[in-house]
Amino acid sequence: MSLLEIDELTVEFPTRQGAFVAVDGASLSVEAGQIHGLVGESGAGKSTIGVAIMGLLEKPGHITGGTISLKGEHISGLNTAAMQALRGKQISMIFQDPLTSLNPLLTIGDQLTETIRAHLNLTQDEANQRAIELLELVRIPDPKTRITQYPHQFSGGMRQRIVIALALCSEPDVIIADEPTTALDVSVQAQVLALIKELAREKQVGVILITHDMGVIADTTDVMTVMYQGKVVENGLTSQVLGQPKHAYTQSLIAAVPRPNERMHRFPLVSYGGRTQDFQIDDLARNWNKTEIDANQPLFEVSKLTKRFLKKSALLPSSQEYSTAVDEVSFNIQQGEVFGIVGESGSGKSTIARMIAGLYGVDGGSILFDGKPVTGVKDLSDYRRQIQMIFQDPYSSLNPRMRIDAIIGEPAKHHKLLSGKALQKRVDELLEQVGLTAAAGKKYPHEFSGGQRQRISIARALATQPRFLICDEPTSALDVSIQAQILNILKDLQEHLNLTMLFISHDLPVIRQMCDRVGVMQGGIMVEQRETEALFTNPQHAYTQELLSFMPQLKGI
Amino acid sequence: MFNLTLPERLDRILKSDFLWRLSRSPVAILSLLVVTLLVLGAVFAPWIAPFDPYDSASLDLMNGFTAPLTENDFTGQQFLLGTDDQGRDVLSTILYGMRISLFVGFASVLFAMVLGISLGLIAGYLGGWVDTIIMRIADVQLTFPSILVAMLIFGIAKGVMPAEYRDQMAIWVLIIAIGLSDWVQFARVVRGATLVEKNREYVMAAQLIGQPTPIIMWRHILPNVLSPVLVIATISLALAIIAEATLSFLGVGAPPTQPSLGTLIRIGQGFMFSGEWWILLFPALTLLALALSVNLLGDWLRDTLNPKLR
Amino acid sequence: MFNYILKRVAQSGLVLLVVGLVAFSMFRFVGDPIDNMLGQERTVEDVERLRTELGLDLPFIVQYGRFLGDAVQGNFGVSYRQGRPVSDIIIERAPATLELAVVSAFLAISIGIILGVFTAIRRDGWLASVIMTTSLIGVSLPTFLIGIVLIYIFSVDLGWLPSFGRGEVVQVGFWSTGFLTKSGWLALILPAITLGLYQMTLIMRLVRSEMLEVLRQDYVRFARARGLSERVVHFRHALKNTLVPVITVTGLQLGSIIAFAIITESVFQWPGLGLLFINAIQFVDIPVMAAYLMLISVMFVTINLVVDLLYVFIDPRLREGGL
Repeated sequence: MSLLEIDELTVEFPTRQGAFVAVDGASLSVEAGQIHGLVGESGAGKSTIGVAIMGLLEKPGHITGGTISLKGEHISGLNTAAMQALRGKQISMIFQDPLTSLNPLLTIGDQLTETIRAHLNLTQDEANQRAIELLELVRIPDPKTRITQYPHQFSGGMRQRIVIALALCSEPDVIIADEPTTALDVSVQAQVLALIKELAREKQVGVILITHDMGVIADTTDVMTVMYQGKVVENGLTSQVLGQPKHAYTQSLIAAVPRPNERMHRFPLVSYGGRTQDFQIDDLARNWNKTEIDANQPLFEVSKLTKRFLKKSALLPSSQEYSTAVDEVSFNIQQGEVFGIVGESGSGKSTIARMIAGLYGVDGGSILFDGKPVTGVKDLSDYRRQIQMIFQDPYSSLNPRMRIDAIIGEPAKHHKLLSGKALQKRVDELLEQVGLTAAAGKKYPHEFSGGQRQRISIARALATQPRFLICDEPTSALDVSIQAQILNILKDLQEHLNLTMLFISHDLPVIRQMCDRVGVMQGGIMVEQRETEALFTNPQHAYTQELLSFMPQLKGI
Repeated sequence: MFNLTLPERLDRILKSDFLWRLSRSPVAILSLLVVTLLVLGAVFAPWIAPFDPYDSASLDLMNGFTAPLTENDFTGQQFLLGTDDQGRDVLSTILYGMRISLFVGFASVLFAMVLGISLGLIAGYLGGWVDTIIMRIADVQLTFPSILVAMLIFGIAKGVMPAEYRDQMAIWVLIIAIGLSDWVQFARVVRGATLVEKNREYVMAAQLIGQPTPIIMWRHILPNVLSPVLVIATISLALAIIAEATLSFLGVGAPPTQPSLGTLIRIGQGFMFSGEWWILLFPALTLLALALSVNLLGDWLRDTLNPKLR
Repeated sequence: MFNYILKRVAQSGLVLLVVGLVAFSMFRFVGDPIDNMLGQERTVEDVERLRTELGLDLPFIVQYGRFLGDAVQGNFGVSYRQGRPVSDIIIERAPATLELAVVSAFLAISIGIILGVFTAIRRDGWLASVIMTTSLIGVSLPTFLIGIVLIYIFSVDLGWLPSFGRGEVVQVGFWSTGFLTKSGWLALILPAITLGLYQMTLIMRLVRSEMLEVLRQDYVRFARARGLSERVVHFRHALKNTLVPVITVTGLQLGSIIAFAIITESVFQWPGLGLLFINAIQFVDIPVMAAYLMLISVMFVTINLVVDLLYVFIDPRLREGGL
């Protein structure tokens, strides 16, 4: 008998168009002391399983079939009171975002003791003592003082550890962790995952780890279940599933994961579910006004670039406080190369991209484009015509109130490159070339998926035939299979159109696949800058070495 | 290019969730019906009202105080909703009164909307000291209840204007007073939404190609901040109608020569103790029906446009 | 935290200065004060004397300074209409309005919060739906109509309660109170309900929507996932977070109560400041209008200041960050 057994679970959400089946006959089982990875792309139904186990499905969603049993007893279909007694006591849950999981108005001590006392028959003092022990267990330094503090006084990683302490309050048998590290930086992510792993072993807790990240699955879990469109497609020991995937979907998923240890020419696209769309690079290249590459002349010369942000505003300029987001960063970008900038959140990498794009003013240093200055210059229209940008979030980079053809046509129209029929023709061509149809132009952004939107974003960037493309985390909001498609497109563009690129990412494997040279940012400073392969095989700076050590190794793939 | 043809637009509207949701809410349909009927009644008052209550030639003092649906003792005439002390048909005065009430309501909301949206958009997008100044003014004004601000503006206008223009200009003064007292709502909501929208990447995409600020505000941000405005505008309309009625009831609004629903209630209140209840009741019911159905519509709109609130 | 309070106090002072400027401009520029005070029969000497007396020949900023100085001492000049010092009239009228406002505010806030929490927690229950629908009628009913309906039922039809005035009052020092007599309490019932009802519905609806918003937050979901009882989730986690935004708006609503007192007082012929103000507007009695404006802005600003300070006690994030 397993600790937690899910058998043929089906969850439906009634909608206007009929019932939406979020989970379709899924079965899996969790043993004590075992970490069970639940992996799948967005909308695969993995989070819904977690919520269904807790009995916290949002109305009108409900279980329409199958059973969930804990230690052999059915818990699906229990009434509210019985479920409440079970929650926290035997099953706990950890949510994705530690910033919103804690009540901002109560001290962490209050939140811990109320949870402890809700489940264990202890006095306030005993509960307090136990709370301190729990904080020690999750390695919060100086727990006796910190227990009286409020959530906003802790960093993101510490808050997630407090959330874990809360989940452990009553020694539960099962913990469901829903993307527990997605909102955290890699270094913090590694610590939190190590903690979860250790607790599972020591306390013999069964953990369901819900994630979209193959790296997390490979490094942390013992057993894994792969989901696709509400169905379980494959499960087994993690090493087996990753090493010899049987199902075609698992194979395509694993093929799309960027490898940390080798550079591939293109991602092998194993098509599944007929979702790959063709990118017609030849068609695009035929009509492109290519600028010949002059290897001696760098396209960008960036020197001592500095940006400060106002931290505290005051009436007197002297008492205003600034934080330095980018501190005297210098680098060159050669014509036709892809220059990568990698770093954790807040390291200043996006700020650099925005200064180069002319979106932010510069507080010091200079940028030369093709030998001509672009900082401190009034009229940038000539420069703006030659650069374009692909943004991070495909859901926010397209104006929801504009039609696709207007969105794609806007840059060319603004720069007065094309108008009327010629513009419409260009827009239609671009849509076909990025793998959509001309008819898509008549629709609005919400009618497209994330990957399709990113293709539209690319079409918009290409409409003015730019020489330089800034990619600011272009795939971090996308599922891996879509990420592989988009990265392949970007590689095609660079090779066939002689495009120069600045590629910003926090994801080291992606950087390795995409970039010729890389700069590593830490706290506004560029600590290291080298050829990509040299950086990965032989990092010089201590921070680079640390970052690389946190990189998931994808053992067994 | 890039424009939808009319049939395409119609098709979009017909297929939208909006109409589907409307069709599933009997309360919303009923409210919409009541509002439409009342607005039509007001617009076509000169053609459908049985009498012109402000044409002194057609008035017969003998008809005064006729109860609803009873024959007048002297003239034998019948009136659906009775008559007032002057012998005016109550139904007709209500229809004409609604014209004033609705006109003031719509015009003042429009005024508040244009002012509030522009200032909110500018404050949110430009930020810095422009934002500080606009929002400080808004904060200070918000401290003062709008009905009081409207009264003050009305009082000041009354003091500044020569006596012979007062009655003539009263309606416009009302519109400005109510409008000025209500712009803050719009400005705050639009500013809040603008702060969110301006950090979205589609705005960055527009800045990237160097589009000028006014174009970005107008073309990109404005259409995306309008849906909460619709809700506020509806609720504001109810508030403006009530505010106008209140001011007129207090005798600092529409003049007796152009009575609104509030003025009619003020007049009717005098007859409450003497038994001529209909002079008060029917205008009051009309006002309630109008305000209630507009409020119900606003409530439904808020729930529909903000699905997470359901 | 100290900085925060200091900043708020400074802002309040600034607001009062601006309102003072508006009040003064009204006094100075709306109509000619000399015309208003002397009437038709006057001599050139009279005009000159009054002009010097009022300081109208001095520079604007000096006049403004004198106006503020006078205002601080409670001197707002003489009412055009009644010919008595405005401060006397206000002292005479203020107790009536304050007693009415305090009772209605208490009714509105206490019942409003209770009903708001109830309708949020039981949001699918039939009683909550009934309350919500009724409240919409409450919001749509103008205050003066509520007053008229109450008068019609309880005074005209049933004859239980008086329809106007404040009943018998007892003089305690300069304060005339209706709290000490039976007729005073009876006379207070209808106006207090009229004034409080509208605010109550607004507070209730606000508490409900804020609470629903809070109940959707992750930390509430997490509290449930930890197995805390619904009672703890609602009253310990949700209510406190709900109160933060509710306090601001409730502060503003208290201001509205004083403003809406104008309407209530007018309907019930309640001899308070509101009735005084509405009469002043009808007769363009500028000194009274200016004094009323100054007086209630002091009240509003004080209420807002108290609200800001309450925040600091509720929200730990404000307590140690200087803001």
